[in-house]
Amino acid sequence: MNILVFVKRVPDTESKIRINRETNSIVEDSLNFIISPNDEYAVEEALRLREAKGGRVTVIAAGTEESLVVLKKCLAMGADEAVLIKDEMKETYDGLRIAKILAGAVEKKFPVYDLLLFGKQSMGADNAQVPSMVAEKLGLPQANVVTKLEIDGNKGTAHREIEGAMEKVTFSLPAVVSAQKGLNEPRYETLKGIMAAKRKAIPVLTFEELGLSQEETAPQVEVTRLDMPPVRRAGKIIPGTPEEAARELVKLLHNEAKVI
Amino acid sequence: MGENMVLVFIETREGKIKKSSLEALSEAKRRGDELGSEVAAALLGSVMDCLNPDVFSYGAAKVFLLENARLGAYSSQGYAAALHELARELQPKAIFFAATAMGKDLAPRLAAKLGVGLASDCTKVAVQEGRLEFTRPIYAGKAFLSIRLKSSPQLATLRPNVFPLAQPRNKTGEVIKKEAAIAEGQINGQVAEIFREKGEELDVTEAEVIISGGRGMKGPENFALLKELSALIPRSTVGASRSAVDSGWIGHQNQVGQTGKTVSPNLYMAFGISGAIQHLAGMSSSKFIVAVNKDPDAPIFKVADYGIVGDLFQVIPPLKEALAKALSE
Repeated sequence: MNILVFVKRVPDTESKIRINRETNSIVEDSLNFIISPNDEYAVEEALRLREAKGGRVTVIAAGTEESLVVLKKCLAMGADEAVLIKDEMKETYDGLRIAKILAGAVEKKFPVYDLLLFGKQSMGADNAQVPSMVAEKLGLPQANVVTKLEIDGNKGTAHREIEGAMEKVTFSLPAVVSAQKGLNEPRYETLKGIMAAKRKAIPVLTFEELGLSQEETAPQVEVTRLDMPPVRRAGKIIPGTPEEAARELVKLLHNEAKVI
Repeated sequence: MGENMVLVFIETREGKIKKSSLEALSEAKRRGDELGSEVAAALLGSVMDCLNPDVFSYGAAKVFLLENARLGAYSSQGYAAALHELARELQPKAIFFAATAMGKDLAPRLAAKLGVGLASDCTKVAVQEGRLEFTRPIYAGKAFLSIRLKSSPQLATLRPNVFPLAQPRNKTGEVIKKEAAIAEGQINGQVAEIFREKGEELDVTEAEVIISGGRGMKGPENFALLKELSALIPRSTVGASRSAVDSGWIGHQNQVGQTGKTVSPNLYMAFGISGAIQHLAGMSSSKFIVAVNKDPDAPIFKVADYGIVGDLFQVIPPLKEALAKALSE
């Protein structure tokens, strides 16, 4: 199987986000960056499919050269090849822009594939747009937010999470699948993997090489504001014995908050 | 007519219209009034015989019923094709969806088909200089981004439980039935089956009250205590922190936080959750927060409206009793 996996570099989920109001962007100094956790499930699934069925795993990221670290990690996990599409723009929160870039790269440089794997959303922009948009651009079926995936010949079956239930989606390959927590347990890089990854070069592709015009890569999303969430104040600590406090809490929820 | 229309995709599940779709419709009506735009609803399916009058009572002046035998089971390809055809004909100013599993799957596919931008999971929609401005949480709620879309129609998915339902009015409107054109072979992936792993359970993104447990629950068996509390409260469900999920005490579907689901219920009750940054990000937009924790310095108390410093195992039994009493009155 020829599998393409798409990954993104995002701030660590344990970090505090600070913003710059003048540039409407987040402050990156002192932030720790990681591979978007959902993308790790996608990489792991690709490696497992290759182990079961043979084939090749290529990991692709669009971003600045800072994303090379994330690609190195994927190589250390066991990916055969990693490629960076050089995008000098910082976060534009524009899913369609990224989808055009990735779909353009697939058509131009990786036209032979069976499966395209993504994380269900990047933990940052939180758009959850790119997998479905790439599927549409390439005319492929999609299964998003997947917690179980089975491939049998050129047919796939995925379990995808919906509200309070699961959907079983059947599709033909090639297809787009986006991974959700629960799909698998991503492996750690081994020392051998890290050493092997060090020796692998990561080709860098430019928009020019991909035949992407200025127009196609211009953001269509105009950011007007970036704000911190409303500040929550610490409220009341309810005193008393557990019994007294519990009764008082119900009273407050009923009479004051009016939510019960 | 189109340029002056806000279209709303109405999602049905097992023949019932989703509440979150009616919320999106209510918001479309409010913003439509501001823009001077008419509001229309679109429903898709294989046979659309009976129409739920709700769409009219919540603000739609017109409803389009798109029929095709191939729309019987949901597929992003089939649904996007049918909506694309309608959008090309109507040229609406905006198309709203509820940010449900289906809305989040379908809206980006349609956006790419139309070649337009999409505002995902919005928590606020405003009209600025005659254009829509969408505000949405990013980094799971650690910051809020306001955007405008340069392309038209402007597509947006609206987060459930955030936009108030309009006061229903006894109204009716125009019903326009259309056969959607979907070619043979246009759909090569679709829903084969919907199943429940553990009975009827409300999803954390749709619940109005979430009773959540963390490491302080000490083990999987104790989540039964939270389920008992949830059983007492209408439209409530059980949630969990990452550490409870990673310990295997409860399924990841219930996980709240940046690494799980971002939620905005009316009431969020946190039992034995200390309040890691990524957890707080995912639940801080709850309207009311209650925290019960042994550690008075736990960060969760900094965002809680009401806190009890104490042993949750001693607090839950009297709490259950008091809740049962209050709710039966």
